[in-house]
Amino acid sequence: MFRPSWSWLFLLIPIFGVAWFVFAINEWPPLAGHWFPQDISAHGNIIDSLFNTILWLTGAIFVGTGIAMFLFLHKYDASYNADPVKYVHGSHVLEVVWSIIPAATLLFIAIYQMSAWANAKVLRPNQPALAEVTGRQFEWRIRYAGEDKIIGTEDDVFTVNDLHVPLNEDVVLAIKSDDVLHSFFLPNLRLKQDVVPGMKQFVWFKPLYERECDIVCAELCGWGHYKMKGRLNVVPRQEFNQWLANKRAEQETSSFTPPAIEEDDES
Amino acid sequence: MSSVTVDHAHGATHGQNAGWGHFVRTYVFSLDHKIIGLQFLFSTLLWFFVGGMLALGIRWQLAYPWQPMPIIGRLLFAEQGGQISPEFYTMLFTMHATVMIFFVIIPILAGAFGNYLIPLMIGADDMAFPTLNMLSYWFMWPAFLLIGLSFFAPGNGASSGWTSYPTLSAVKEAAPGSGMAQTLWLLGVTCVGVSSMMGSVNYLTTIIQMRAPGMTMFRLPLTIWAMFITAILQAFALPVLTAAGFMQLMDRSLGTGFFLPEGLIVNNSAAASGGGQPLLWQHLFWFYSHPAVYIMILPAMGMVSDILSCFARKPIFGYKPMVYSISAIAGLGFIVWGHHMFVSGMNPYLGMTFMVSTMMIALPSAVKVFNWLGTLWGGRIQFTTPMLFACSFVSMFVIGGLSGIFMAATPVDIFIHDTYFIVAHFHYVLFAGTAMAVFGAIYFWYPKMFGRMMNEPLGKVHFLLTFIFLNGTFYPMHILGAVGFPRRLAHPYHYETFQQTLPLNQFITWCAILMVASQVIFVFNFFFSIFFGKPAGRNPWGANSLEWQAPSPPGHGNFDFQPIVYRGPYEYGSPESDTDYYPQTQPPPDAKEGQGGSGPASHH
Ligand code: HEM
Ligand SMILES: [Cu+2]
Ligand SMILES: [Cu+2]
Repeated sequence: MFRPSWSWLFLLIPIFGVAWFVFAINEWPPLAGHWFPQDISAHGNIIDSLFNTILWLTGAIFVGTGIAMFLFLHKYDASYNADPVKYVHGSHVLEVVWSIIPAATLLFIAIYQMSAWANAKVLRPNQPALAEVTGRQFEWRIRYAGEDKIIGTEDDVFTVNDLHVPLNEDVVLAIKSDDVLHSFFLPNLRLKQDVVPGMKQFVWFKPLYERECDIVCAELCGWGHYKMKGRLNVVPRQEFNQWLANKRAEQETSSFTPPAIEEDDES
Repeated sequence: MSSVTVDHAHGATHGQNAGWGHFVRTYVFSLDHKIIGLQFLFSTLLWFFVGGMLALGIRWQLAYPWQPMPIIGRLLFAEQGGQISPEFYTMLFTMHATVMIFFVIIPILAGAFGNYLIPLMIGADDMAFPTLNMLSYWFMWPAFLLIGLSFFAPGNGASSGWTSYPTLSAVKEAAPGSGMAQTLWLLGVTCVGVSSMMGSVNYLTTIIQMRAPGMTMFRLPLTIWAMFITAILQAFALPVLTAAGFMQLMDRSLGTGFFLPEGLIVNNSAAASGGGQPLLWQHLFWFYSHPAVYIMILPAMGMVSDILSCFARKPIFGYKPMVYSISAIAGLGFIVWGHHMFVSGMNPYLGMTFMVSTMMIALPSAVKVFNWLGTLWGGRIQFTTPMLFACSFVSMFVIGGLSGIFMAATPVDIFIHDTYFIVAHFHYVLFAGTAMAVFGAIYFWYPKMFGRMMNEPLGKVHFLLTFIFLNGTFYPMHILGAVGFPRRLAHPYHYETFQQTLPLNQFITWCAILMVASQVIFVFNFFFSIFFGKPAGRNPWGANSLEWQAPSPPGHGNFDFQPIVYRGPYEYGSPESDTDYYPQTQPPPDAKEGQGGSGPASHH
């Protein structure tokens, strides 16, 4: 039976809360296209499935506490409930139960994810960097190692905001910043790393699909932060070599002078 | 041990010198904690309005990029045809966060409610150091002025984010707002720090030294426990922010290089010095600012606990576990700062340890939620306006706490860091959480502050609209985060990945506009009730804690009798009492008049 009560408002929280996600995940209108962008990397599905695992776990707690809240508010609404209140000050058993279960769950999540983190940020493939990406206000300058696979030599190829990488291969990039913080964000590869002036870092990934996609700057770098956009192009090896050769040829014929080489470039 | 004298008169302001000087001493440079609390309240509510307007500017640009802003646009930037420029946009979100954090949330909790409630709830006649207390308010004014001036400096205000990461913030040429505006910002934030520090020292001393006879630590209301722990957090974390702020000031003006690496060239001009590390700032900043997020919620949790117990008409569930979890949050709060830096370039092994500590801090938060639910269970719930706000705090905090777990998972954070997922997270804890608790607290303690009730039906309409529109504003931001939608971008729609999100952003903006508009009801209710509200009497809610036994509003010196405390503040529905509440000061039936309750009046 329906009885007017504020408790109903609180029932709407789990209902709407779940509905938003159901619509987004299933790409139902009006939320079509409002979930994770296509993942084209070898490691991205680990991140996505970790997100989903946490979504299920937290979703269960969200719905559980939401419904408990509704039921209590509904059942014990003073307008309908004349029973004397339960004069209790707590429960040791309950405190222990609801400390240990979440603690175990949280510890499980913590341990479960460590290898994914190590793969993304610690275990760099043992190979030279394909290119060096330098963030500066407000563009990404890219310098390919060229045929000799060494960055900082004659045969380097320079582009701006245009990053081509070969398909199905491990790619390592050296990333750095000239001026302020930026963040090298590839949404479709589930990759993000701040670039810090004075620090040279590496990122790595393995693209599995041919596709062009966005390079986003994800760390505030000044007024033009919003327009610091690059494009990533994943192409088969053959095509990649061709593209690099073309770029190099273009560079030879133009009056382009490569920027001074810095001493600290080791890789 | 300080004795609490009942009609103790402060200074010499009594009676003789009416007139201007009296007015100034009573209402302007007042030493009375209640007036100081109200001064904080009014100042912060004014800034709340400013912060809200800045937020609408951000939302306008995200919904209608580069389109002339209605009404205000013409006034502010006539030369651009009322458009928001990207420089202005970076200023908007920087100053929005700065105002909301440093001028609203922190001072409204500790400054307004801490000041007003601490002496009243522990049964003291005032703070331990009234002059220091007054100074803590007046030190906010240089901050107000400096940050206010910053709006008129080149760049129209600091614009390197509320986090002020170098090198963008430390090199003057890096951004239009990184010149004078940033210097003013740093000085302003330092003054807020000085103010908070004065407050903390005072709160700690007062709570330790000035409790009424019988008020043991474990008879303190949770509001006071929360204020106590918050004061400790502030006292230990603030010096680090202040030091970091001075280091940045020196990098900017004296040519030191704490945060600037060798050979830095920004915007075609070489930095004066080098040898420093931009990440150092982030460590120092978050060493303060992570504890600060708890400074921004613990007092709210305390007040919510008091409100929930009062309107469930039953004791708080798990009083001691609540106290321990507040302490655990505070303790762990000092070792999780690195979760803001997972992808900053910090050593990834360090990221792992911060991940584990961050996961663990969700635990005491969960314990608190379960205890609040336990409090509601088996009660007789009265849906007054403060109760509605308090209940919604609990639901909303659950959302904000759970989203924290996604971000604590380092691999997931790689994707969602600096996206709208983060924005959703902290608005759920700070707006849907703390700000809603503050509204609840205003409705709850208003009768004590002004002697009159706020209008209930208006309060409920205000609650309902705010509740609906806040969820419409902030909940979809989780979805934007899943798309990877970055924060702080003036125009994200030229990215292939984000272009389809414009309609959702427009929905969010309209909810935000309506949410701000709903606050008109609150403002009206607040001022109308000061003059025309129903007279409240001492204890309109039938509550237990000491402040409700004092007159409304309490006079100078607070109590017109010597409060003696016989029990904890949550004895609602006790079979020992004739009514469904049992004030802390009411002697038990068998005790003889004037004697302490259980054993010797154990006063620390
Ligand atoms: C359940 C416990 C919580 C956990 C596990 C948690 C976790 C996190 C993490 C990992 C981040 C960093 C995300 C990133 O930048 O990538 C974060 C950001 C943030 N959290 Fe929480 N959080 C919790 C509770 C809270 C509470 C209670 C508050 C405030 C009252 C809060 C306020 C914030 C703020 C303001 C930020 C963003 C700061 C910024 O980048 O501007 N969090 N949280
Ligand atoms: Cu940027
Ligand atoms: Cu934090």
